[in-house]
Amino acid sequence: MGAERRVVYDLINVVQGVAKLPQALIRDKRIDTLSLLPASQTRDKDALSEDGVARVIRELRAKFDWVICDSPAGIERGATLAMRFADTAIIVTNPEVSSVRDSDRIIGLLDSKTVKAERGDRVEKHILIARYDPVRAARGEMLNIKDVLDILSLPLLGIIPESEEVLRASNLGSPVTLNDPTSAPARAYCDAARRLEGHNVPMMIPTERKGFFDKLLGRRAA
Amino acid sequence: MTLATLFRRRSSAPVARERLQILLSHERTCRGQSDLLSSLRDEILAVVARHVNVERDQVFVTMDRGDIVSRLEINVEVPHTTETQAAAG
Repeated sequence: MGAERRVVYDLINVVQGVAKLPQALIRDKRIDTLSLLPASQTRDKDALSEDGVARVIRELRAKFDWVICDSPAGIERGATLAMRFADTAIIVTNPEVSSVRDSDRIIGLLDSKTVKAERGDRVEKHILIARYDPVRAARGEMLNIKDVLDILSLPLLGIIPESEEVLRASNLGSPVTLNDPTSAPARAYCDAARRLEGHNVPMMIPTERKGFFDKLLGRRAA
Repeated sequence: MTLATLFRRRSSAPVARERLQILLSHERTCRGQSDLLSSLRDEILAVVARHVNVERDQVFVTMDRGDIVSRLEINVEVPHTTETQAAAG
């Protein structure tokens, strides 16, 4: 998010009581209602205690409308702590075997290891499919949307098409939604966010660009 | 030759889907088991081990999962020597 130079305190400092939450929060320079709370990249995530994280989340809940916990990929402790106090989960998956498999495990954990699940309640779950390449999916080279949804059997929040814009924005430390708001991935992210807020936004399944070679290859595969 | 390999290479997605289905059906079964059957197995074995000195390779556990009933079968071979040794000690 491009705030690396401004980090003084992080989540672990707040959990351990070294710093107060407002000292660790970084105001985003582009959006004034957005604040960032850095999670330490250097220290071990085992330094986080569950009670400590619960307290920080409680404080954040009082301050903000939405608290987004970006979970590390995979299913180690960092991920289970990030989901522990969630009301809603967005499972971001790529259309590939290892990613869908990890997502399935995470869904299992969401149904058993979250505070909500332990209370007998249900965490609301959505699938966000990222790096989708409609051309390769049409050719049968990539799992398609239906495959992924059939396997994970959860509602779809959005489809982010594979795009060079994402890496370009990431290199610059800017979300693609701000760096190039008119690009296909940016629009897909904005649509997904509005669906999460409860708006009824029709799902746009990315279609292949109709180049001469694409047409040729597409027809051959069919 | 090259054309044939091109055609064959094309649809790997069905293979991916099949691999996933196998992987996940296995993992999902394991996940379900870990709830009741596995904890039953662990606790029963712990109780048995508290009373008799059993070797790990003399314990036979089978778990059968059905839609309506699941079956947990535990066979423990208790050698007489261990028993007498435990009684003597």
